[in-house]
Amino acid sequence: MRTKDFAATNKISLANEYHRYNLKSVIFMISKKIAKEKRIILKHADDPNYSNKIGCYLRKGGYKMLEKSLKLKPEEIGEEVLKSGVRGRGGAGFPAGMKWKFLDRKSGKPIYLICNADESEPGTFKDRQIIYKDPHQLIEGMMITAYAIQAKLAFIYIRAEFFEGAKILERAISEAKEKGFCGENILDSDYSCDLVIHRGAGAYICGEETGLIESLEGKRPNPRIKPPYFPAVLGLYQCPTIVNNVETLCNVRHIMKMGGDAYAKLGKPNNTGTRIWCVSGQVVKPGYYEFECGALTLGEMIYDICGGLHPGRSLQAVIPGGSSAKVLRADERFTGKMKDGTEFDWGIEDIPLDFDGPMAAGSMSGSGGIIVMDDTVDMVQAMANINAFYAHESCGQCTPCREGVLWMRKITKRICSGHAREEDADLLLSVANQIEGRTICAFGEAAAWPTQSFVSKFRDDFIAKAKHPSDEKSQLQLI
Amino acid sequence: MKLSENALDLIDEIIPRYPQKRSAALMIIHVVQDELGCVSLEACEWIAQKLGLQPINIQELVTFYPMLREKPWGEKHVRVCRTLPCALKGSYATCKTFERKLGIKEGHVSEDGKYSLEFMECLADCGQGPVVMVGESTYENVQGEDAERFAELLLSDKLNEDQGFCSYEQNLTGE
Repeated sequence: MRTKDFAATNKISLANEYHRYNLKSVIFMISKKIAKEKRIILKHADDPNYSNKIGCYLRKGGYKMLEKSLKLKPEEIGEEVLKSGVRGRGGAGFPAGMKWKFLDRKSGKPIYLICNADESEPGTFKDRQIIYKDPHQLIEGMMITAYAIQAKLAFIYIRAEFFEGAKILERAISEAKEKGFCGENILDSDYSCDLVIHRGAGAYICGEETGLIESLEGKRPNPRIKPPYFPAVLGLYQCPTIVNNVETLCNVRHIMKMGGDAYAKLGKPNNTGTRIWCVSGQVVKPGYYEFECGALTLGEMIYDICGGLHPGRSLQAVIPGGSSAKVLRADERFTGKMKDGTEFDWGIEDIPLDFDGPMAAGSMSGSGGIIVMDDTVDMVQAMANINAFYAHESCGQCTPCREGVLWMRKITKRICSGHAREEDADLLLSVANQIEGRTICAFGEAAAWPTQSFVSKFRDDFIAKAKHPSDEKSQLQLI
Repeated sequence: MKLSENALDLIDEIIPRYPQKRSAALMIIHVVQDELGCVSLEACEWIAQKLGLQPINIQELVTFYPMLREKPWGEKHVRVCRTLPCALKGSYATCKTFERKLGIKEGHVSEDGKYSLEFMECLADCGQGPVVMVGESTYENVQGEDAERFAELLLSDKLNEDQGFCSYEQNLTGE
């Protein structure tokens, strides 16, 4: 815990740590060939001499890319982004350049840009770092994007728990407006685009892009069905709309700086650029780490970068991409063929950290939230905890989801309170299977996947609860 | 319902930011709740009239969004994150400590209206759990004995003094 006394010396110690850590990772690299962090988005985030004010950003070359981009044709920017291969950082991993291509430019209706800063997937805390520590990077990325898609107006939809974050962004926007980076006739060009902050109010479903749009229209955030309501065609006010994640929009700036082709060389084919991985749970050094896609494996992340598990503990399971992603069991083998035909045979520690690796292992990299669980965790309680989250967050629009998530919560909670039955595992699976694929939005899958994977991979734990209801596997209460 | 001049000005400034008035609903609700602590039925009617809507169009938002309130929280509202990454770091124990120290169950307000406690879903700072928010400030790693000390300092109103805890927001570097 940081006390204020500590905080006074915090900046100095942070600076020391900064250098020591760099040195340490170089030694690491030579001895163990572990990849080094490559900070592009978070380059300045933890620099003790850097602040979230515009002066600092300008001194580091800020808004130069906006200036450069405004001299290009909008479609040229789209081409660079397409060439870069950058995939959306919000969870689905859809190529951003492709998303922009789908934009209906012929309708004659105004076009809108929305930044999804709802950051609500449990295990994810990357956008927070950008918003609080380097907000101008996001604004520059947004204004370049707005120009590229010729948006009339842009919004940042920020989760309400980021009270200070919204204030930081408000201030950053007025700083940017004063300097002519945003608003009327940006940098004396013909292009004008205003930027508006919109605060959510604590609903997870607002991270779903069509739910977010409904919320921004002043309604309950009940997601819309696709087709026909693809935002790029029928988005905000039924107008063409692009919704991108905070990290994705920041990447646009760096794509313009490097050029699409050079950016595409970062990472791996189809998994380009860097990603910010957020590691939480039972590791020694949890935190956010930015690496080139595929630069390291899940094992290297846990043991080398995050300092491994606490003494005497062993790995039990990892959720690789936010709580919606399917859980991976520590002793599983993952075999199969990648899209390019190469065969793989991985243990949990061998899974490459990119988009395709966790996907090949039957889960997903989602929003980059890696949740690590050691052997002290009661997996049935962990399941119950996740189910309580989804039961709280279902918008209630589709019956299978609204009813299903409540039953999944009730059943897992009952199991944990000493009233387990042997048939519970199958009952849970049956409920989850009847949600998946039967809802308007992907929340249904997000809620079903944890139950499907926990129950099938840790079935013995569920059965054991029924056989020995009074046995406490863990001191750690999760429900 | 009485709103300050500042709040009224802010509301008038918010509405034209949006191409359609109704979009301003959530932001206006925030302004009202920040000032009055909650959004009463009367407030819903007032906002609806301001935006040319029916009161139900506002009330359905207030009853949907977890952070919108029909009744106020206490003067100092404490949020403890319940979701998995924080729970793995002991947030259930932290919440129990607060319940004991503040003398209220989670989801409730103390009798004198001074404190309230909420065990809520993800606060998006999962790397440094258990995460606790007091009002608009975020505190990290509030765990075990630290949680005890934290609650005591909160009760004696010394949380932000030298012997207290430094929030995530205070830790941001200045220029």
